[in-house]
Amino acid sequence: MKVVLQDLTKTYPNRNKKAPGQVVAVNDFTMEIPDGKLIGLLGPSGCGKSTTLNLLSGLQKPTSGKIFFGDDDVTNLPAENRGVGLVFQNYALYPHLTVKQNITFPLENLKGANKLTKQQMLEKATAAAKLVQIEELMDRKPSELSGGQQQRVAIARALVKMPRILLLDEPLSNLDARLRLQTREELRRIQRETGITTIFVTHDQEEAMSISDQIVVMNAGVVQQIGAPQQVYDDPMNLFVAKFLGTPPINVFSGTVKDGMLYIGEDAVLPCKGLDNQPVTVGIRPEGFRLSKTGSLVCNLKGVEVMGRDISVVSTHPHCESGNIRSIIGAENAVDTGSATVRFDLNPKKVFVFHAESGSRLRCTLE
Amino acid sequence: MEKRNLKGWLYLLPAIAFLGVFMVYPLIDVLIYSLEEGYNFASQTYQGVGLFNYSYVLHDPYFLQAVKNTFLLVVITVPLSTGIALLLSAGLSSIKPLRQAYQTIYFLPYVTNTLAVGLVFMILFKKTPYTDGFANLILSWFGSGPVDFIDGPYWAKMFVLCFYTIWVVMPFKVLILTSAMASVNQNYYNAAKIDGTSRFRIFTRITLPMISPTLFYLIITGFIGAFKAYSDAVALFGTDLNAAGMNTIVGYVYDMLYGNSGGYPSFASAAAIILFAIVLTITCINLLVSKKHVHYE
Repeated sequence: MKVVLQDLTKTYPNRNKKAPGQVVAVNDFTMEIPDGKLIGLLGPSGCGKSTTLNLLSGLQKPTSGKIFFGDDDVTNLPAENRGVGLVFQNYALYPHLTVKQNITFPLENLKGANKLTKQQMLEKATAAAKLVQIEELMDRKPSELSGGQQQRVAIARALVKMPRILLLDEPLSNLDARLRLQTREELRRIQRETGITTIFVTHDQEEAMSISDQIVVMNAGVVQQIGAPQQVYDDPMNLFVAKFLGTPPINVFSGTVKDGMLYIGEDAVLPCKGLDNQPVTVGIRPEGFRLSKTGSLVCNLKGVEVMGRDISVVSTHPHCESGNIRSIIGAENAVDTGSATVRFDLNPKKVFVFHAESGSRLRCTLE
Repeated sequence: MEKRNLKGWLYLLPAIAFLGVFMVYPLIDVLIYSLEEGYNFASQTYQGVGLFNYSYVLHDPYFLQAVKNTFLLVVITVPLSTGIALLLSAGLSSIKPLRQAYQTIYFLPYVTNTLAVGLVFMILFKKTPYTDGFANLILSWFGSGPVDFIDGPYWAKMFVLCFYTIWVVMPFKVLILTSAMASVNQNYYNAAKIDGTSRFRIFTRITLPMISPTLFYLIITGFIGAFKAYSDAVALFGTDLNAAGMNTIVGYVYDMLYGNSGGYPSFASAAAIILFAIVLTITCINLLVSKKHVHYE
């Protein structure tokens, strides 16, 4: 099922009655989600991603704009008629019902021609349970399940009625690190097997990047960038997106462009074509640094962290705006830890230039 | 080890002494009284030990009337008051505007002076030389003749007693139930809503099980409270409840001790023990039934 969001806006009246204006949770969100894809809504807390999910589910009504499922305008359709499956952050499993009763609960609501017999319900519930691999837990109560198992039950309950779209609110946030890794692959597998258009919300960029077909980065209610994870990572449209994606985070410097050359402080780091002379903000991915005795960027060495596969060089620079500089280099490189400074060459593909004030990306050719 | 034990008992001593003197001792005393036959208050002597007191009480028509009244009161008021409180609470929980105002209104009877309440019920039901009462005024609109609710037929008096009891216990139940409903996580309702659950089904399949511990508490205390009813009947029908035919078991116990026919602590004790046995049985049945239907998280 294709999902289209058209100029979707949601505002709340300001809590503080004296303050004028409204709080804009989602601002002019337009997007077309192709059928059968897994979409990650990504952003810091309070950016409007959960509100977007609630608008899609029908639990909240948009202030303006439209939502289409396929060709149907569902903007004014109440939640129960939209045919969405929603997995809540805390799963919201009914504690007094067994796993089986929880999964069949949505089926028991069907009326008229869609009404199912007990046998059919059981078959569907078993199929859904099999999909998420919890068949042997059917007679337990939610309180007797682990977090990961509860999450599977919640997904089975959302899937059992074959929803047109599946929505997941922070699906992995209540799981421990190891289970999270395992479950996100599971999520991908379930989505592939069912082919249901799935939209999930997360604040964890790694989670979103690892399994999504497309990610939507949001901030303060405004969509910052939409695209395939790798494409967004490699080509951020603004400083916020560049900063939000990637671990360790991107290193941010204040720099200048002067006569076709990009400067960070006094260091002329890269030739830069296509930009007028102006102050800029420079973002350099941790993996964009190359250790070099003659390197153009001179930093004060603070220490080296060994991580096995590669090493992380921690250094400082007077023009760095993001605290310590973290650069990831191959473990085969030897860093002279006795030296006070460390010199880097930069990989032009990993360097982004942004407008000094607005933070929007400045397109130029770096060499 | 020994020393610490001693210290523990020392801490418990005030409570044990208090409970022992005012709870355990009287309980045992009542049991002993109920078994002493022909006890004489003045001489503090008795003729024998046996079950005669029980036999007497169980054959006393006044006691049987009191048992009948009490059981009727319990059977009518506990389900009705709990049911109505549940409906009111569900209504209160689903409205947003004026909820505070309604909650206050429903709670008012709880803080109202008993005498003022008695006055209100007199205006409603009492027949005086000047008026037949408000209830009869309404009845007359429907073409029914006046009914004497206070000194009239048995069913009319029972109606007033039940009405009064339900009205008096309602605020507490509504208060407890609305707070129980408010504490149900909104996510369950959202989940049910997305799955297209009807409002009725949400209420029966989610709200009711979620508040079942509270509901069970109200039913148990409701049963016990109704079995112990006495003062309400006195407020409505005066102190001579046997004459009015509206006595309750507790009223019978009181009459046997201090009433006009009083001075029989043995009969009173036997009646009290019988009441205790009834309440204990009902509570045990309640507990057994609840095991299946009450969901503790």
